[in-house]
Amino acid sequence: MKSKLTIKMARCKGCGICVAFCPKQVLAVDALGKVQVVQGEACIACGQCELRCPDYAIFVDKVKEAQA
Amino acid sequence: MERSYETYFRQNRLPHLWCPGCGNGIAMKAIVQAIEQQEGFTQDNTVIVSGIGCSSRASGYMDFDTLHTAHGRAIPFATGIKLARPELNVIVITGDGDCTAIGGNHFIHGCRRNVDLTVVLFNNNIYGMTGGQASPMTPLGKKATTAPYGSVDRPFDACKLAEAAGATYVARSTAYHVPHLVNMIKGGLANTGFSFIEALVQCPTAYGRRNKLGSPADMMKWMRDNAVMLAAWDKLPAEKRTGEKFPIGCFCNTSAEDYDTAYDKVIARAEEAVK
Repeated sequence: MKSKLTIKMARCKGCGICVAFCPKQVLAVDALGKVQVVQGEACIACGQCELRCPDYAIFVDKVKEAQA
Repeated sequence: MERSYETYFRQNRLPHLWCPGCGNGIAMKAIVQAIEQQEGFTQDNTVIVSGIGCSSRASGYMDFDTLHTAHGRAIPFATGIKLARPELNVIVITGDGDCTAIGGNHFIHGCRRNVDLTVVLFNNNIYGMTGGQASPMTPLGKKATTAPYGSVDRPFDACKLAEAAGATYVARSTAYHVPHLVNMIKGGLANTGFSFIEALVQCPTAYGRRNKLGSPADMMKWMRDNAVMLAAWDKLPAEKRTGEKFPIGCFCNTSAEDYDTAYDKVIARAEEAVK
């Protein structure tokens, strides 16, 4: 995994903006209406989700392979 | 890793009460990021003033000295703060209804006086909080509770209005173009004089649903597809400026004497006359 995704669940309202703008289909909204990581290994840490999250619920940090 | 801008939010107030997918949250983050990146702006020397409406709830979530004022009257309150304490940085957060309808006069006279404020207008094209009435910035033909067959009133172009009224910095951006929005707000913070930034934000609940604009993400894709950077817009022939296309960027960045300086001169003249 090249990235570390942090989700603050209490803040997520499940609007689906991060899901729509993710170029790698990493995220999905689950049955409870909260965001969920479905394909973590596909994440390229582009940060599109964090950039446009209106609720500051998702954060992407790049992780170097050596550290992982 | 915890983001540095989080210190500018009142953590015990989050999550905010805006609807799922509301663009106000994106614009609010853009403001705090602009403040963070701008030299000389701290939590102690920056004041946030807001009026009434969905957008104006933002002041309650931002950890600065904040003032949530009367409907449409954010700019007069901010002018008062700026005249009493000229060393403070005053930022006004307002909405399209708050700024161009109820506070329309205050807005143009704030521009005319060139008070050293940074006004960020969150334009969601509708009165969201009160139940989706048409605002002066609801586009032609779009539906609202007070315009069930489409709005017949031609909307304001707030940027042209501000420029014509005498604002010295005028810019527009959208909730989709986040880094651009941050840059536009930073330009406003750097300008001495009246700075006006229109941030187009999506209202999926009161505006989007009634007009069948789809999900919040679809509304943001509409911004992506219809916003044209000013440099490209200027080269665009008139026949291609069709549909819902609109320009974004910095429309005006001039300098003129600001109200504080002008007022100091009046005080000096008055003191001279008394002697």
